[in-house]
This record gives sequence, structure tokens and C-alpha cells, in this order.
Amino acid sequence: MSRGKRLALLLSTFAIFALMLTGCQEPAKSVFDPKGTAGEMNLDLIMTAIYIMTFVCAVVMIIFVYVLIRYRQKPGDNSIPKQVEGSMKLEMLWIIIPIILLAILAVPTLSTTFSLAETPNEKDALKVKVTAHQYWWEFEYPELGIKTAQELHIPVGKKVHFELTSDDVVHSFWVPELGGKQDLTPGQTNTMWLDAKEPGVYAGRCAELCGASHALMNFEVVAQEQEKFDQWVAKRQKPSSEPQTAEQEAGKKVFSQNCMSCHAIDGTKLKTKGDKAPNLTGISERNKIAGLLENNDKNMEKWLKHPDQIKPGTYMPSFDFLNKKDMNNLKAYLESLE
Amino acid sequence: MATIVVLIVFALFLGAILTGGYNKQMLARFRSHWLWDWITTVDHKKIGILYLIGGTIFFVIGGIEALLMRTQLFYPNNDFMVGRTFNELLSMHGTTMIFFVAMPLLFALMNAVIPLQIGARDVAFPFLNALGFWLFLCGGLLMNLSWIFGNAPDSGWTNYVPIALNEYSAGTGIDYYVLGLQISGIGTLIGGLNFIVTIINMRTPGMSFLRMPLFTWTSFVSSALILFGFPPLTAGLFLVMFDRLFGANFFDVAAGGNPVIWQHLFWIFGHPEVYIVILPAFGIMSEVISTFAKKRLFGYTSMVFATLLIGFLGFMVWVHHMFTVGMGPVANSIFAIATMAIAVPTGIKVFNWLFTLWGGKIRFTTAMLYAVGFIPTFVLGGVTGVMLASPPGDYQYHDSYFVVAHFHYVLIGGTVFGILAGVYYWWPKMFGYLLNEKLGKLNFWLFFIGFHMTFFIQHFLGLFGMPRRVFTYQPEDQVELINQISTVGAFLQAVAVVVLVINVIYSYRNRVPAGNDPWDGRTLEWTITSPPPVYNFAQLPKVRALDAFWHEKMNGKKELEPAEPVGPIHMPNNTHLPFLMSLAFFVSGLGFVFRSNEVGALGLIFVFLVMFMRSFEQDHGYHIETDEIEKTEKGASV
Repeated sequence: MSRGKRLALLLSTFAIFALMLTGCQEPAKSVFDPKGTAGEMNLDLIMTAIYIMTFVCAVVMIIFVYVLIRYRQKPGDNSIPKQVEGSMKLEMLWIIIPIILLAILAVPTLSTTFSLAETPNEKDALKVKVTAHQYWWEFEYPELGIKTAQELHIPVGKKVHFELTSDDVVHSFWVPELGGKQDLTPGQTNTMWLDAKEPGVYAGRCAELCGASHALMNFEVVAQEQEKFDQWVAKRQKPSSEPQTAEQEAGKKVFSQNCMSCHAIDGTKLKTKGDKAPNLTGISERNKIAGLLENNDKNMEKWLKHPDQIKPGTYMPSFDFLNKKDMNNLKAYLESLE
Repeated sequence: MATIVVLIVFALFLGAILTGGYNKQMLARFRSHWLWDWITTVDHKKIGILYLIGGTIFFVIGGIEALLMRTQLFYPNNDFMVGRTFNELLSMHGTTMIFFVAMPLLFALMNAVIPLQIGARDVAFPFLNALGFWLFLCGGLLMNLSWIFGNAPDSGWTNYVPIALNEYSAGTGIDYYVLGLQISGIGTLIGGLNFIVTIINMRTPGMSFLRMPLFTWTSFVSSALILFGFPPLTAGLFLVMFDRLFGANFFDVAAGGNPVIWQHLFWIFGHPEVYIVILPAFGIMSEVISTFAKKRLFGYTSMVFATLLIGFLGFMVWVHHMFTVGMGPVANSIFAIATMAIAVPTGIKVFNWLFTLWGGKIRFTTAMLYAVGFIPTFVLGGVTGVMLASPPGDYQYHDSYFVVAHFHYVLIGGTVFGILAGVYYWWPKMFGYLLNEKLGKLNFWLFFIGFHMTFFIQHFLGLFGMPRRVFTYQPEDQVELINQISTVGAFLQAVAVVVLVINVIYSYRNRVPAGNDPWDGRTLEWTITSPPPVYNFAQLPKVRALDAFWHEKMNGKKELEPAEPVGPIHMPNNTHLPFLMSLAFFVSGLGFVFRSNEVGALGLIFVFLVMFMRSFEQDHGYHIETDEIEKTEKGASV
């Protein structure tokens, strides 16, 4: 292959990459399309870095391509090129310019690092305690007296002050559209703040390897206008958890026999409130089961019967031993929780 | 299980003791076998080949693990390899590729080349050199046995606690990791020490520090990093070992332990480790680029000082792996600035390479293609490195596919390209014949394209919210196509590796003798026969300048002036003790893995026994007499 052909091959390869990427579906959650202040601050810095680095790459590539084309050995040319030791001027140039470029990047880096670490003013911020478990998320609003799981509701336009810790192994809390991530380490409480500028449902992920179902430890952040959020809070504070029908009544009994020691339901009388597994208050209103499956009757049964097939390594045992009636009653009760 | 292990151990040691001298006939039979020669060798050239074979085998294993993972990620919610199995694959892939591929392959080239480059007849400690290799092999084998016995390590190559503790990783998986790395780590440490002493003490007359070829320099700094970088890992591994095997509570929060300590210890080792595997690759690139541009390396002195600076700064930046741990903005800022600072010496290197090419006469051999392909690839890996240095950006990139893309650009685009360039470049010196250039170029293009196809788009996967180490993604994430392209690229790389294997077989069958100096080389290794005689240099050469051989060629001479008259050469004897000692370590490791402390202790006792044997052994080596040397040299010149 001649040099020209090779170069063409190289360029076309990159062109194909670019085409493929633009032809891609719109990604669901992109760092490039932030919906919160912290995400915007991250993106600003990412873009600054990308601009500087594109400049660096361009300079290198121009010299690189020029050199490869210009200084190829021509056939029959056996002369010895001049042996250059170096050049003080040139070498100083590529020491000083990178230092300047890095300084340009370093200044906003430092200021942003400190602003992201600030603790928001208590009056303007909503406090949420996040506790990570293998493989689910617990969200507690200490000022509002609410405990929920898998689905985090926040009001639009208000800073949320997170206190993050873990109950077992190291996890990492990440909502790409709202901002960066923070680790949840057992025995340690980290803080961070996020906010959402517009209402929407934002996907969240666990970003630190935490065991067999690390890939499935998903959650959602539901950002609502203040009014709707207040409605949600009111409902969570006074949940409707009492069984209304005989079927649901029977379902509650099944719950108290099988589920109560791990799961809690607020707003109804149960002997204990388990805290080893997600709080199920108002579960019928959540978008997803186990943070993963669409919330419908079929998936509820699938999850109850074989949770291990959906989330490998989950601590939830299979309830495939329940007879059909018990199962239906249990589902009826769970699906009535609002 | 313990009984079986005890029996095997006894059988092995009985055999070892028997061959050690009680039965003379058996000994003679063993000694005449070709395998015995390889097992007992202390010749750096042979040990280099052993490292090359060992590293290649693990490369294939690690590559297969990667292909299995990419296959699983081809479709969303695929169920080919899920849950713990996938975690085992990713953990073993990372650990294997770093510890049992990148490092041994670099040690292969260092062994094969450095004594020749500095004009030495062997390394400073031939015994330790052999011991280093066998320990590496035993560690690697021990860890890979976990695939056969079930329960491979599953907590990532970083092995973060608490998921690496008994409570969350049941079974023996992590024990293989801890003990396998501990054993091979001793080997690496020994190897590093050996090269430091070799390079300081064994240089031929006239080979001052600032006349050393750059590969020797970078390997020197890399060895120093090993010396300071591995002890924190050793300490950390001991803590995990005690937590898991003996019920200690270093990392158990409930008992007052602190899991973040492990992260610190691991990354205090882990970041220098990155430079341990990249610096020698920088050295290879410098040699190859300078040779095939027919030019002296531009800014040699600044290259040397950049290497030293990178080595020094490499210890100051480990927290950039831990920006999200929650150490506060002050710690994050300090380490951010330190990390950015490393870009300066790295930039010096890139521009020096470019200006070495500038004004040269470039020949595009396969080795040169890898060196040239390395420049843009590594620059991409480098600039994403600077991006990662900025904490607010890192909060988004951290533990996402962006990081996966970044470190593969550095480790494949840097280290693996470097190793392959080095293999194509020094293969004729190691084996006496050339690798086929046509197949070599095919190998390069397939690998180069496959590599960029796999990893370039992974930057975007990360920015589109895909965390790393996940065995699947959801259809609504809309990242299916990118994952599929990446998987196809991975298989393209696999095809390239197959071409490389074919090339080795083909070139062996149709051997083209290389001669002393196939590339119009510049450094000492090209002044002697390929492959070199046991003693390397019949007379130590006298070095008068940087690129000593080139300097003589330019002055119209064909070889270097000798620095000494022809005389008997003192050489070390072969010994089976390194193999025996490594075997004892292996047995001990296996014993502890199976929670049989008796076997573990027994193995250690045998280790000390072999040390005792070695310490009181009277082995003064042997001499190669003058007439024999003259005969060899005459045969070579005919």
C-alpha cells in the first residue's frame, strides 16, 4: 500500500466512526445535555478541557501528518540526515505553552471544585439522606419524615443537599443529567448537592462495582414543580395503606407472614417495620419495580417469584412457594398501596 | 481437598529432593533433557524468551476474557455471562492484563535487550532474575487456577473492600487474587531490583549515564518505581489476606476498620504502576523512532529528565483515582494540579519524537508503524488523562466507560503498541531471524483499526451515562449501537492477534537470517551476532558517544573498539533452586487459598529451606576459556 492509500484508509476509518455516531439514536442520558446547575458546571469544565485538548491534538496531528508525508525515505536515497541534538528554543516552547494551557484549565477547575463542595444554605435546600444497599437505594427526607426507595422525588429549582452513606459495600450515586457522582462508603457520610432546572424523570446509576447486580442497581430521580412535589409529600406523609377489600385484607396477612421482617409499610398497623429492604409505602405509584422493571401486575409476580433471576445475588428470597391465591392477594394489597 | 494437596506437595518435594542429588542416574537423565536446561537457566536471553512465552499465554487468556465480555454487551439485557460470572471476567481480565501480560512482556524485552544495550555479559543477579520469572509464572498460574477450581476473583482488578471481604465475596475467589499477586509481586520486586543494580553497575567502559540508550533509561526509572510502588501493594494485600484468612478487622467498619485505607494503599501502588508499564514503552518508541528515522533522538537530555520527572510525579497523584471518595475540595485540588503537571514532561516526549522524525529519512517497517501509530493514539489517551485530572469533570467521567476508553488508549495504545514495536524490532536479535513484514503490516493495520473502533466510541458511552463494570444496559439507554461497534472492533483486534501468531509460525518455518544489524541500528545490541553467544560480548566494547554503534559507523568503522583484551569469561552456573523456591511459594499459596494453614506453612518452610540451601551453596560459576571464545566468534563470522 502506498502512503496516500494508507492515509486515506485511516481518514475514512475515522469518518465512518463519526458517521456512525451521528447516526446513533439520541442517548437517553447525556452529560452533554445537563438538566441541573451542577451538571452545567461539570459540562462547562468538560467543554473547556475539550477545547484546549482539541487544540493540542490538532497541533500534534498537523506536525505528525506533515512529518510522515514530507520525511519519508525516497527509494534510492541513502543519504544520512543531519543528526540534530535538540533545540533549546523549541524545547522551551513546548514546556511553556503546555504550562499556560494547563493554567487556563486549572483556574476554573479549582473554583468549580470548591463551589461543588459547598454546603447549601439550610433554608433553601431540601435535605435527603441516601443509603445504598446491595442492590437498592434508600431515600430519607429527615425534615419531612418520609422514607422511600428506588425513586427519588425532588422539587424543581431547589437545591437538594444529599448525605450519602452505605450500609454494606462501596457504591456510587450518579445521575448523569443532573451532575457528577459521589461514593457511598460504609462508615462514612459524604455530602453533595444537586438540583433540577426542569421537571422530568432522570435515570440514576450505581457507578462503583458493588457485586453481582451492580449493573442493575438503577434508580430514578423524579423532578416535579414545587406544587406537585408538595402533593407527593403530603401523600407520602399520610399514605393510604389500609386494605379496602377482602382480597387486600388477605394480602396484608400474607405480607405480614412473609415480607414484614424486611420491608416496611407506613400508615398501617404492622407488628414490625423491617429495614433490610426497600420501604414499600405507596409502591403502586412508583414507575418501576426494583428500580428496573415496569410497574405492572405481570412484572410484580415475576419479581416476587424469582427475584434472583432478575437481579442476580439479591438478598430477596423467591416467593414461588406461595399458592396462587396468596400470590394474587399479596399483589392486590401491594398494588393498592398509594 | 487438604489431603490431596498434602499428598501432591509430598510427591513434588520428594521428587525435588530425589533429583537434588540422592540418585545420580536420575540426575544425569534430568540434566540432559532440554526442558531442564530451560528450567535451570540463568541466562538473561533465555529468561527473556521465557517471559515472552509466559506473557503471551496470559495475553491470550486475558484476550478471551475480554471477548466474552464484549459478546455479553452486544445486546441490552443479554444473558450470556451475567452477575458474578461477568464480575469474575472483568476482574481477571484487568488483573491478568496488567500483572501477567504488560509487566512480563516488558520484562521480556528488558531482559533480552538491556544487558546488550549497556554492554554487559549478564544481569547483576542472574539467580534473582530466574527467581523473578518463576515467581511471576507461579503467581499467574495460581490465580488462573481459580477458573478451574471455580470461584475466580470478582471484585475488579482494584479489589475494593468491602466487596472483596468474606462477607460479600464468599468462597476462595479473592484469596487467589491476594496470594497470586503477592507471589508474583515478590518476583516483580526482585526483577526491578535486579535491573536497577544491573544498570548502575554493569555498564561497559565509556557508557556513562547520559550515553545510555533511552530504553535502558526508562527501564531504569521504571524499575525504581517498582521498588517504591510495590511495597504499598504488598502491605495492602497482607491486610486483605489477614482479614479474609485469619479474621482480622482492618477493613470491617463494624469493628472500627476503614475500607478507604485499602483504596489509598492500592492507588499509591496503582498509579506508579501505570508509569511502570508505560515508561519502558516510551523507551522502545524512542529507540524505534530514532533508528527508522535515521536520526539521533531529538532532545535526548530533556527526554531523560522528562522520564525522571514523570517517575517522581507519578507518586504524587494517586488521589485522582479517588476524587469521588469524598476527601474534600482541598485534597482534590492539590492532586488535580499535580496530575495536570505530569502532562508537561509527557508533552516534552511527544514533541521530541515528532522532531526526531522531522528532517529524518523515515522507513515504515512494522516496528516503525507501531511506533508511529502510537503517537496519535497515545496523545488521545494523554489528553483524556488531563481531562480526568479536573475533579468536576471527573465527577462525571469517573467509573464510567470514559475511563475505560482512557486507560485502554494508554495501556494498549501506549504499552501494547510499544511491546509490539519492540517485539518486531528486537525479534531478529532474540531469535536470529526476521518476522515477515507483509504479515506484520497486516497485523498492524488490523490491530490499529480494531483498537480505535473498540475504544474511541467508548468515550461517548461514558458520557452517555454508562458506568463501567456493568454486565448489561437497558434498551432505553440507547447505547446499543455503540456497544455493538465496540464489540466488532474487539473481534477485529482478536483477528490481528491471530495474524501475529501466524506470522511467528510462518517466519519460523521460512527463516530469513537477520545478520548482526538488520535495521541499520545505532546501539550496542546490533554490534554482536543474532542471537548473541552466551557471553554476549567476547570483549567488552568501548563506548565513545551516545548511539555508540552509529558513531563508529559514521567514522567509517564496522565495529566498536574493544575495551579489554580477549580473556577467559566468568559465567554463572545454571541452577534449579529458583524453580524449586517458586514451586514452594506456589504450594504455600495454594494451601492458604484452600484454607489449609498447615499446607501453607509447610510451603513456607520449604521456601526457607531452599533459601538456606542457596545461602550455603558454594557455586563460583565457571569460565569460558579463550580458545573456545575464539572458536565461537570465528564460527559466527563465517
